[in-house]
Amino acid sequence: MGNVPTSVKHCLSYEQLIQDYPWLGSRLQEEKEMVPTRVKIQLINMLSETGLPVIEATSFVSSKWVPQMADHTEVLQAIHRSSHARYPVLTPNMHGFQDAVAAGATEVAVFGSASETFSQKNINCSIDDSMLKFEEVICTAKQQQIPVRGYVSCALGCPYEGPIEPTKVAEVVKRLYELGCYEVSLGDTIGVGTPGSMAKMLHYVMEEVPSSALAVHCHDTYGQALANILTALQMGICAVDSSVAGLGGCPYAQGASGNVSTEDVLYMLHGMGIKTGVDLSKVIEAGDFICKALNRKTNSKVAQARSKSS
Amino acid sequence: VRVFSFFNVSPVQWLVQVGASAGKALPQRVKIVEVGPRDGLQNEKTLVPTEVKIHLIDMLSEAGLPVIEATSFVSPEWVPQMADQVEVMKGINRRPGVSYPVLTPNLKGFQAAVKAGAAEVAIFGAASELFSKKNINCSVDESLQRFEEVTKAAKEAGVRVRGYVSCVLGCPYEGQVSPDKVAQVAKRLYSMGCYEISLGDTIGVGTPGGMAELLEAVSREVPVDALAVHCHDTYGQALANILIALQMGISVVDSSVAGLGGCPYAQGASGNVATEDVVYMLHGLGIQTGVDLPKLMDAGAFICRSLNRKTSSKVAQATCKL
Repeated sequence: MGNVPTSVKHCLSYEQLIQDYPWLGSRLQEEKEMVPTRVKIQLINMLSETGLPVIEATSFVSSKWVPQMADHTEVLQAIHRSSHARYPVLTPNMHGFQDAVAAGATEVAVFGSASETFSQKNINCSIDDSMLKFEEVICTAKQQQIPVRGYVSCALGCPYEGPIEPTKVAEVVKRLYELGCYEVSLGDTIGVGTPGSMAKMLHYVMEEVPSSALAVHCHDTYGQALANILTALQMGICAVDSSVAGLGGCPYAQGASGNVSTEDVLYMLHGMGIKTGVDLSKVIEAGDFICKALNRKTNSKVAQARSKSS
Repeated sequence: VRVFSFFNVSPVQWLVQVGASAGKALPQRVKIVEVGPRDGLQNEKTLVPTEVKIHLIDMLSEAGLPVIEATSFVSPEWVPQMADQVEVMKGINRRPGVSYPVLTPNLKGFQAAVKAGAAEVAIFGAASELFSKKNINCSVDESLQRFEEVTKAAKEAGVRVRGYVSCVLGCPYEGQVSPDKVAQVAKRLYSMGCYEISLGDTIGVGTPGGMAELLEAVSREVPVDALAVHCHDTYGQALANILIALQMGISVVDSSVAGLGGCPYAQGASGNVATEDVVYMLHGLGIQTGVDLPKLMDAGAFICRSLNRKTSSKVAQATCKL
């Protein structure tokens, strides 16, 4: 998870700010190889040069659970922070939050779920209990003037429960928003959503939370991501998550793709005349770099096309 | 970056407008034109045995596809993959209600096609002069004159003709292509008797804005019911482009099982959009296609095994691994 949000202020200025989240949860966490710390740092630094305004840097979860993120403090402290970008980090609980702040975090993210079963299996507690944990984090963060972003996974379907009621998604989103998250990102965790289910879910969610506080986090497991993102934009959503080179497979469908690639999202937005302030060729370079380091092929079609055409 | 001045509104305002009207406008049914056996295989490096092609087409017929482009009556010198055109036409089990068009670049090809039992043919024009020259060795006008011979003969023989226009959203040689030029070519094909015109984003560079602009221009000259979109997924834009097309009233979509057929202009890059992924989206939208997705995926798996290649369909990749 964790990708590139694209902010669109569509009433007045149609500026699109693309925020890049190189990894979050399942992304680099899903990459099987352990990535050296210096590679992560270089990737983030390259992304900072592209014009991306938000780059999700790392995750303050226990390194027992997610060994890939064990170097969180080192990463956060070593990156060159661009004055034009923000570097949120994942914090599942107070412990993680405190470590994050001690390491210099200035923005954090919390991860809820619209599915009870997924919540249990993924973070070992019910949705309600997770909200209590998040409340602690968000209250403390507020006192320290640290903005908090909320994520809701399984917004369009759950690997265990199947279809998820849009009203349930709306409920969870509302709770995170009312607790104090400035933005809530709606995650199609297993990529099963299509424009129909996306539109329906957004319809219900937008009755509870303004579109300016919402983002979509689409997975491309079934190739539907760009169509779903387009639908979200049409409904007034202003922020889109994506991942450079489409890093991060799907943990529920082995070998299948996961995150939508930033390059492909940018290509679509730029093609539609929507400004992003992001340099696509620099994002492609960053993608090339990380793919070489991981010894894998990019998932971005744009990167594939660009590298092969004469 | 294309500035979206065409609609006099901001890109996002336009997007929202199209989307708002779409709720009522989405077609209830979409006809899928399966081009895998022809367009797909033609662009695959591996030469496929005749019996494999026949079996593929038969599997696709069983999957419920209403139109399956079977082969091409071009000279085998140009396209060795299609050298067994007659054998394929005679070998397939034609399912009642299913159409099996074949490509016919000229009168000679048309006559051979009819002799081999074709009941529907297809002709391929281009919206770009350079592309026309490089691809079929003549200007757009000259090609249209050739096609007129075909449509005339087809009328007399009671054979339906489908027209294609390539490079509708960009040309590998000319770069940007004017929507008005596309509209002109489409109009000529339609006036000479093509029952449907398929608009091809040959190098997959199109994005939803350009697609909408194109369809606005073309639908002024050709009724939207007679239009189809043929999107390539080279830049991952195909499903988004198809979605916009549906919102603008298009109800015929070309695609290729397993996303067969790479892009000849960007080696290693993908080409055709995968039928499985299109069907997944359409069914998710509640749009009927008559296609049985599991059977379609079987056909995809079969041809990928025969070609010894991985599928380009994300749906196929996801499903087989769960």
